[in-house]
Amino acid sequence: MNERVEHDRLRTAVPVSGRGPFSFLWLLLPLAVLGLAVWWLIATNPLASFGNGAPPVENITVERTILDHNGIGLLVRAGGSEPMKIAQVQVDAGYWHFEQEPSGPIARGDTAWIRIPFPWIVGEGHTVTFVTSTGATFEHAIPVAIATPVATTSTLVSQAILGAFVGILPVAVGLMFYPALRGAGPATMDFLLAMTIGLLGFLLVDTFEDAFEFAGGSAALFQGPTMVILAAVASFMLLTAFGRREGRPTGLALATYIAIGIGLHNLGEGLAIGAAFAAGAAGLGTFLVLGFTLHNITEGIGIAAPILKVRPPLWSFAGLTLLAGGPAVLGMWIGSLAYAPQWSALALAIGAGAILQVIIEVGAFLAGRHDKGAAGLLTLPVLSGIGIGVAFMYLTAMLVKI
Amino acid sequence: MRRWLPFDLSRRGFLGAGILAAGGAALSARNAAGQATHDHSTMRAAQQASTAGHAAKQDHLTAHGAMMTVGEVDNARNGFDPTAMLTDWDTGEVTKRSDGRTVRTFEVTGEDKEIEIAPGVMFPAWTYNGRVPGPALRATEGDLLRIVFKNYGSHPHSMHFHGIHSARMDGVPGAGVIDPGEEFVYEFEAKPFGCHLYHCHALPLARHMHKGMYGLFVVDPDPARHPDMADVAKSRLLGTPENANWQEMAMVMNAFDTTFDGENEFYACNTVAHCYAKQPIKVDRNRPVRIYLVNVTEFDPINSFHLHANFFDYFDQGTTLTPTLKTVDLIMQCQAQRGILEFSFRDHEPGLYMFHAHQAEFTELGWVGMFDVVEAVS
Ligand SMILES: [Cu+2]
Repeated sequence: MNERVEHDRLRTAVPVSGRGPFSFLWLLLPLAVLGLAVWWLIATNPLASFGNGAPPVENITVERTILDHNGIGLLVRAGGSEPMKIAQVQVDAGYWHFEQEPSGPIARGDTAWIRIPFPWIVGEGHTVTFVTSTGATFEHAIPVAIATPVATTSTLVSQAILGAFVGILPVAVGLMFYPALRGAGPATMDFLLAMTIGLLGFLLVDTFEDAFEFAGGSAALFQGPTMVILAAVASFMLLTAFGRREGRPTGLALATYIAIGIGLHNLGEGLAIGAAFAAGAAGLGTFLVLGFTLHNITEGIGIAAPILKVRPPLWSFAGLTLLAGGPAVLGMWIGSLAYAPQWSALALAIGAGAILQVIIEVGAFLAGRHDKGAAGLLTLPVLSGIGIGVAFMYLTAMLVKI
Repeated sequence: MRRWLPFDLSRRGFLGAGILAAGGAALSARNAAGQATHDHSTMRAAQQASTAGHAAKQDHLTAHGAMMTVGEVDNARNGFDPTAMLTDWDTGEVTKRSDGRTVRTFEVTGEDKEIEIAPGVMFPAWTYNGRVPGPALRATEGDLLRIVFKNYGSHPHSMHFHGIHSARMDGVPGAGVIDPGEEFVYEFEAKPFGCHLYHCHALPLARHMHKGMYGLFVVDPDPARHPDMADVAKSRLLGTPENANWQEMAMVMNAFDTTFDGENEFYACNTVAHCYAKQPIKVDRNRPVRIYLVNVTEFDPINSFHLHANFFDYFDQGTTLTPTLKTVDLIMQCQAQRGILEFSFRDHEPGLYMFHAHQAEFTELGWVGMFDVVEAVS
């Protein structure tokens, strides 16, 4: 009998006091506990009992490499458990003078420039080894030494032209198929939309792969792979929510989203190209540039597919082209001027989320064209469209794979 | 995009792309790719300018330019100075036994000690008497030696002497390897004369040696036992006027694997990388030079000593009074191999003369120094 009373009181205790005049106390209690815990941790240092004389965990990531007439410049980020000191620097297994800016120990998460007056050799590889005060070593490879291009107006213009060539031109060429495709029947429309899904599917995998690769090269504290997934999911949800605030996107709106998705992918590609220039690793051939252009023409056709029946105004074509291709130019500039792997990974992850959103929306649009819903997707034009979209991207990617 | 602009581009891949680029690029591509095949002559001139600029700042370091560790080692904190080590012989405490024989007693302790092996780089060493290499012990042929070894370290240690002694005094497990807090006295007669070494022989052997437990053990010849070559023997015997004319130096070639991966990050002579490059060794050109050299480099099969602009006579193990190699400028030693080098700068103009291991890798990782040959050492 007593027990039951006890239970009843417990059951009502929280709501009753929650409504009382001192309800704010229930906010203070958890904060007070947290405060006490922090005080205890700092005051008593229970971690001391784990101290076994082991040196602190150290980590160094190189984010930028500059090769110029002064030698080698490296932007390093410290990821150790405690501030760490770069005591000595080897280049190709020999100690070299270096200057650090700012000097002194590098705090966790901070960066510093290391400048080494090393006479690097054009076209050959070099390895820089950092030796910390505990004697731990961290290697950074420069696979092919090339002078880092200096960002001048002329190089920026050159990059813009190259970016336009591989980003804007193919989208424009793809969109030029618009008049020819206007008269397409329902089966052709299905095929083209499905092909768009196929091409976006390829880009999704490709973008994720590159995002994870950049993530792998970034400092551990950025938690690269987790960041990529979270950023991709966030951008997917934001774009989907934004796109659906007035119902499912169709027509020009859908084309715009496709252009945004492809544009973000191209931004990531531009970043990588620019970064490759900055790192001195870029060697472009005509064949590669043309192959890549061909590879990207499909993107234009994909953007055109949802607007074949809506006759948008002419300026919208220019807008779509710039939206999808323009970021390649922007990416090249950003990549060549300031580059860090974690930002490239982030940009690519956002692009992957955007591409996923477009795949879903194009799929929904395609399904909505038939009364049969999702079952209507299992038709010959749709399946062959997806297959050919992926295959075309895959095969043209071969042209540009070294 | 990794496919056409890889970061981990193989060299061959790069060259292939470069050839394609050179083959004539589509308008903009040519411009952009042109940055990849850049101007050699400009770069080279710039490099020379940069190197020269650096060299000018650095006076005696010019010989190795910017290729050097940065900063200075705190010798006071270490408790030893590589330059002082060159001439710091430990001759022990000498007493006479009733039968007239000399008894020489050395005190050596084993200690754990964090030492600075290059500017800013600390190494958790195990030491004899708090220094790496340990004290350079020096006795005379025929002395009765008593080495009192106290282990203040955190691990079992010993002193294993290269020389002739009984099994009980060998410093191997069961014969003089002692636990922390214990003491052992190694007793044997100093023979044969020569340039030897001692080191810890506790297990695992490589770890105990690489941690810093080694040192020179020199036995000077007794001139009375070598009447045919008494003059040579006298010149070797510490304390004689003949010996005083020589500029004698103790050098131990060693290296440190700071990452414990079986490869050394630092090479040196007497522990501190580049110490004699940054502080050249003063040599009086009118007096001959004798170096007691021992190689205790762990993880590399051999080390070497090369002298610039000069040749020397070499006495392998130091157990002969006539050179085993005459007029050479390079000798190599496997681990624990040692010998005596004799040379002179009498006919040289004053200046800096380099010496180093002729494994270029060792040189660049710290094992390089200079003799500063002057008219007279003040
Ligand atoms: Cu030992």
